[in-house]
Amino acid sequence: MDLSLSTRTVGDRTVVEVGGEIDVYTAPKLREQLVELVNDGNFHLVVDMEGVDFLDSTGLGVLVGGLKRVRAHEGSLRLVCNQERILKIFRITGLTKVFPIHTSVEEAVAATD
Amino acid sequence: MAIVELRFSALPEHVRTARLVAAAVARRAGVDEAVLDELRLAVGEACSRAVGLHQSSGISAPVKVALIEEEKQFSIEVGDEAPHAAPGDTPGATQDGEAEVEEDEMGLAVISGLVDDVQVTTGHDGGRIRMTWPTTPPATALV
Repeated sequence: MDLSLSTRTVGDRTVVEVGGEIDVYTAPKLREQLVELVNDGNFHLVVDMEGVDFLDSTGLGVLVGGLKRVRAHEGSLRLVCNQERILKIFRITGLTKVFPIHTSVEEAVAATD
Repeated sequence: MAIVELRFSALPEHVRTARLVAAAVARRAGVDEAVLDELRLAVGEACSRAVGLHQSSGISAPVKVALIEEEKQFSIEVGDEAPHAAPGDTPGATQDGEAEVEEDEMGLAVISGLVDDVQVTTGHDGGRIRMTWPTTPPATALV
């Protein structure tokens, strides 16, 4: 399965809906999308991972890279994820402390630091 | 002992194939369904790492994956042919990009977080990651 990406704007947030598998092959597409959004001035991102079937460390690297970019513009990158197998990867790498992880897009969009 | 061996050119698009094959063989060997997700992720990490090492070292040889079914256990060995700094080498002998090193370490961190039984061996002529999981005999054998 390939990676699917779609973006929409909710208030001042940009929601990136990701589906499929994020791995060493598909992660560059996600990286491109995040870089493009930041270059276009979207600094508050919500990455919806509910449709993600697989995530590896390459994907984590891309998300960390995205976070670094938005932070350079005082922005934010929030994740939406309820899947235990995906959450586990964030936990074992300690990245649950780095990313705010929400249970719904609505919650992520409404969240403020 | 039964074995399935897979060799693939060091290209990112083939890592998914390796994951699928490894999971299928592991399921057949009796690895618990509950750990198949972790196994799939671990073998993907090991293969991604090997692909990255081959690509950054310009090695045209394929990455090797061996799926080994033994009594009460199932092992996956992912072998690369990239020259690694062997223990005892002067540090700094391989000064690649920092990002690459970080990604490499993140992959290994994920593997060691997921798999209890991991052995990493490295030498001048390549490296190998061996991961082992316990297997349970098929349900019919218990009757």
